[in-house]
Amino acid sequence: MIAIEVNKLSVFYGQFQALKDVSMKINKQKITALIGPSGCGKTTFLRCLNRMNDLIDEARIVGEVIIDGVDIYREDIDLLELRRRVGMVFQRPNPFPLSIEANILYGLKVHGINDRKLMEERLVRSLEAVQLWDELKDHLRKNALSLSLEQQQRLCLARVLAVEPEILLMDEPCSALDPIATARIEELMFDLKKQYTIVIVTHNMQQAARVSDFTGYFLLGELIEFGETEQIFTAPADRRTEEYITGRYG
Amino acid sequence: MGNRTTMKGTESKEKLIRLFLLATALSAISILALISVFIFTEGLPIMFRHGFKKFLFSLDWYPTEGHFGLLPMIIGSLMVTVGAMIIGVPLGLAGAIYLTQFSSKKVRMVVKPMIELLAGIPSVVYGFIGVVILVPFVRENFGGPGFSVLTASIILGIMILPTILSISIDSLMALPPAYREGSIALGATEWQTTRMVLLPAARSGIIASIILGMGRAVGETMAVIMIAGNATSLPRTILDPVRTLTSNIALEMGYASGEHRQALFATGVILFIIIMVLNTVANLTSRKMSR
Repeated sequence: MIAIEVNKLSVFYGQFQALKDVSMKINKQKITALIGPSGCGKTTFLRCLNRMNDLIDEARIVGEVIIDGVDIYREDIDLLELRRRVGMVFQRPNPFPLSIEANILYGLKVHGINDRKLMEERLVRSLEAVQLWDELKDHLRKNALSLSLEQQQRLCLARVLAVEPEILLMDEPCSALDPIATARIEELMFDLKKQYTIVIVTHNMQQAARVSDFTGYFLLGELIEFGETEQIFTAPADRRTEEYITGRYG
Repeated sequence: MGNRTTMKGTESKEKLIRLFLLATALSAISILALISVFIFTEGLPIMFRHGFKKFLFSLDWYPTEGHFGLLPMIIGSLMVTVGAMIIGVPLGLAGAIYLTQFSSKKVRMVVKPMIELLAGIPSVVYGFIGVVILVPFVRENFGGPGFSVLTASIILGIMILPTILSISIDSLMALPPAYREGSIALGATEWQTTRMVLLPAARSGIIASIILGMGRAVGETMAVIMIAGNATSLPRTILDPVRTLTSNIALEMGYASGEHRQALFATGVILFIIIMVLNTVANLTSRKMSR
């Protein structure tokens, strides 16, 4: 089952072409990792999938991103609903400087969900899903910024889960965390993939190898190779992919 | 050898510069101290003699006959300040929100310095524009003499706009862009993001800007004298003329003597205390922000 089909996607920042004719089919309820050196376009690609690049004034996007049979770059697309369905977790944990509870409920509020019971239920469920509920259930009024970085990142994930997305985009979600916290977030991703399609950008090749089912290797704005993770890491078809994963890049 | 002497030369030069800077820093503090001591020694005795209650709560200001009720002026200052807030705060905040969240960078680069220029216009010019344009406008459209609480509030509201706007812009711009991204990525609109995340996050800076604007409104003298009407009675409506604490001092100091003169210093004491309180609150809130 295909969750996202990307056809000939190009992104320009002014004169600079950050992404060149990228096509990719992302499978449902699998983890797809995007790897490649800094500035290769993997984050740009990720941010095309929920149209976060719209925030950048000079960005111009060409091509198609089809989710559920609809090109999300069509004029009449409901952008707010798209971003609800395609949630995003950022490189640095970015909880709002509000209480833990307010952070989780924020997404519900902006989508017009006011029902007390439903809000309560989603609050518990999303914190449970990221294994924060037991730790934090008695501190829901505490400011989210007082949490540890790992807890903050889990909270950001819970905040996304609360609006019941179908796809999770993660932009180097572990890069601010220590190895133990990283391992725990990775475990969490295994759990989540039963229910969600996950696309993760990572600098860390071991991480890609550990968690993902599919891997795409980007270089200078091009998708060099895309396939099952095992194949990419054991028998890459392209010499450039091989050079990168064996650390001979550059 | 030559090297060592030049080293010594720079060292003593450093010391001299340090001493000079220390002196300038101290002079600023000592000027503040001198002003406070002067105002309080001139103003406090008469307040003790006639009783604080009379100064603060009596309605009669007949300084030549020994009646020093400052209540109409205190109320006057409060009314024009509150009026200025009602006009300046929404305008300033709305402007700051627009310029930080909705306008392009180009527009902000042009508009912000222009609004900050407003702060550089001498207050007598504001008063002049008030007298020539706003006073007749209020008189013809709303009634009353035109010299009124309303007129003064409008002009003061414009005068505090740059303070509120530029400090609010700075505190909104100081927020990490990650807040905005996080909110937009959840499917929030720009306005929801601003209202529910950014404004609460920048709250202390915005409050500080409002308090600083308030301080400016309380302290403004020249423009207010020219347009507020300066009557020493309690205003009944916002179309009545009022006199503020600052106007009271400026209008009468020229000819006051004896107890009258001291009573004007007492006015200064009250003003001084109000401004000190406002500044302290502003400092405390902005310190809380940086934390």
